[in-house]
Amino acid sequence: MPQRALPYLLLLPATLFLLVFFVYPFVQIAILAFSGPEGFTLKPFLTMATHWKFQTTLWNTLLLTAIIVPIQLVMALSMASIVAKLKTGRNTILYIFTIPLGLSDLAAGIIWLAIFEQSGFLNSVLVGLGLTERPILFLGYQNLWMIFVAVILAEVWRATAIVMVILVSGLGLIPREYYEAAEVFGAGPWKRFTKVTLPMLRPSLQTALILRTIAAFEVFAVVVALGGTTLPVLMGETFNWQFALSDRNVAAAYALVILAISIASTLVFLRVLRTPKGATI
Amino acid sequence: MKKTLRILAGATLAVSMAAFTAGAASAQVLFWSSQAAPVEETQKMREQVLKAFEGGVDFQPQEPGPFITRIEAEMEAGSGAIGVVGGLHGDLSRYADNWVDLSDVDLAGITASPAFLELGKLGTSEQKYLPWMQATYVMAANRQALEYLPEGADINALTYDQLIAWAKAMAEGTGSPKFGLPGGPKGLKHRFFQGFLLPAYTGSEVTKFRSAEAEEAWNKFKELWQFTNPASTNYDFMQEPLLTGDVWLAFDHIARLGEAFNQKPDDFVAFPAPAGPKGRAFMPVLAGIAIPKGAPDIDAAKALVKYMMQPETQAATLVATNFFPVTDAALPADLPASARALGPAVTAMTSAPDALAALLPVGLGDLGGQFNQVYIDTFERAVLGGQDLRQVLDQQADTLRTLMVQANAPCWLPDEPSEGPCPVE
Repeated sequence: MPQRALPYLLLLPATLFLLVFFVYPFVQIAILAFSGPEGFTLKPFLTMATHWKFQTTLWNTLLLTAIIVPIQLVMALSMASIVAKLKTGRNTILYIFTIPLGLSDLAAGIIWLAIFEQSGFLNSVLVGLGLTERPILFLGYQNLWMIFVAVILAEVWRATAIVMVILVSGLGLIPREYYEAAEVFGAGPWKRFTKVTLPMLRPSLQTALILRTIAAFEVFAVVVALGGTTLPVLMGETFNWQFALSDRNVAAAYALVILAISIASTLVFLRVLRTPKGATI
Repeated sequence: MKKTLRILAGATLAVSMAAFTAGAASAQVLFWSSQAAPVEETQKMREQVLKAFEGGVDFQPQEPGPFITRIEAEMEAGSGAIGVVGGLHGDLSRYADNWVDLSDVDLAGITASPAFLELGKLGTSEQKYLPWMQATYVMAANRQALEYLPEGADINALTYDQLIAWAKAMAEGTGSPKFGLPGGPKGLKHRFFQGFLLPAYTGSEVTKFRSAEAEEAWNKFKELWQFTNPASTNYDFMQEPLLTGDVWLAFDHIARLGEAFNQKPDDFVAFPAPAGPKGRAFMPVLAGIAIPKGAPDIDAAKALVKYMMQPETQAATLVATNFFPVTDAALPADLPASARALGPAVTAMTSAPDALAALLPVGLGDLGGQFNQVYIDTFERAVLGGQDLRQVLDQQADTLRTLMVQANAPCWLPDEPSEGPCPVE
């Protein structure tokens, strides 16, 4: 077997898998989004864009992502720093932090629904302590902001561990010499964090942010569990158009919108968090 | 060598066993249904209703999309695995040419309702489908709600104005709104608008969608909404909030009210939907069973169809799904509480002197979901969102008009029959 072709031959199965199960369906979706009974048409996009719910849907998804991802970033950084500094019990704490990772997002949504619904835990506590006379309707359509908060809580609880795990491994890659040198030069903990840790964590931050932001644009099961159709998000509308309204072209158009904003945010992160030329980790 | 032989023998045994079980499974009749889809109903269908059929039945309930997709695929292919199709009248009427004539199925002395048998002919001279089971939507109330009933109101002959007054009295008397609608994502609120509220005021389901009478109907509903539990936008099955006491007065499909009556039979009472200026509009739900022309074993399929019409099976179906029989077979004495409570309400409503039947959509097929969305959007925009009603009605009427033209579906009751797609005035 020729030595030079060996790497490519080894890559071949994975490449074929990706082509068949990812690229081919992508191409099909793109064709669907632009096709109608008479061939190429922009009608699905027009239907989607002029629908009365579209603006709200797009805005809700972007707002959710804009709030959730920074909160998770800060929390994950603190959790990762705690884990990195622990000597005993490190593995236990790591396991506890990553328990929500084992849950499906629908299960996480249902857990938080059990807390917030009219006959749920929060209401039972409030009524039991005598703080309110009768159960409060937290998740009604009149308190849209309350459903927002519940979704944010559920998502932060569920998915911070993903960011944390990536940051923990990134932290482990930073050589101790940098911290020792910084201490010698009189840098306090906060200065060490901002001048040593964060810059060295750039590649991991880039990876974690890209992954988490793309996943945040696709938030679906948690929103459905907590708000039903009261809080429309892009993925929820895709699902609705495909299955309830049986219009696969508009559903494909929505999917392409999610793809577009995911690509845009990935490019932004790649640019902003790139490792400068010549720098090494 | 020995090891290879052993491996080969094991593989042959496994393959032949798999083929045997697959073969045994293929002796079962595949019952492809759009009804009895909720998990509990499916389980009861498999374990109680279909268990006694000789040869076994593979009961597969489906969501509307996959239900239609497979039927169309087998139609195009000319043959398939589906033995019996169970669906609503509207589902079956779309593929009228695909069904085998069932006139020769011997019903062994059982008479099915003549009106339903006539519907089952789908406008032809052949018996395209046999009626399977029927249902409708009724109101249910907690007995505690009865003390707030307005003076002189007969619970079996309410009007919408009396209903609003009743809901208002309850909201003021108890301090929180006690009327509930199935407004959740999987709730059947669109049937309330299509088959009850709008026809009661306009006498039509489609043509008079944006008329002045429709505007009146929606304004009445906005009044009622003030006294409706706002959690209604989360309710899919009204039996749950009725049981927890969050709601004292509810409207829903009888299959979604049954559990409340089964668990606390003495706490609830069922009664007909209210009447409006044009009559007591209601939506009858008729499900039928048909055999596609490409069925693998037509005799076994006909045997299953005959089995479904037997009195024991009809009674078991009632217990399993809360859908009522379509035959004159005597119902057993030990009916569950839900059937005993809901049956009289259904009869009172369907045989009321001012009863006005508004059918489920016919001939829309895949576009049924978008049809429902028109009414749901009107509700979400005008009632929940507070947008200008006239503007919403006009815009949604445009959507509805485009939809009817795309589906090329003629009008159905209570609208006058039309040439070509049903017009929206």
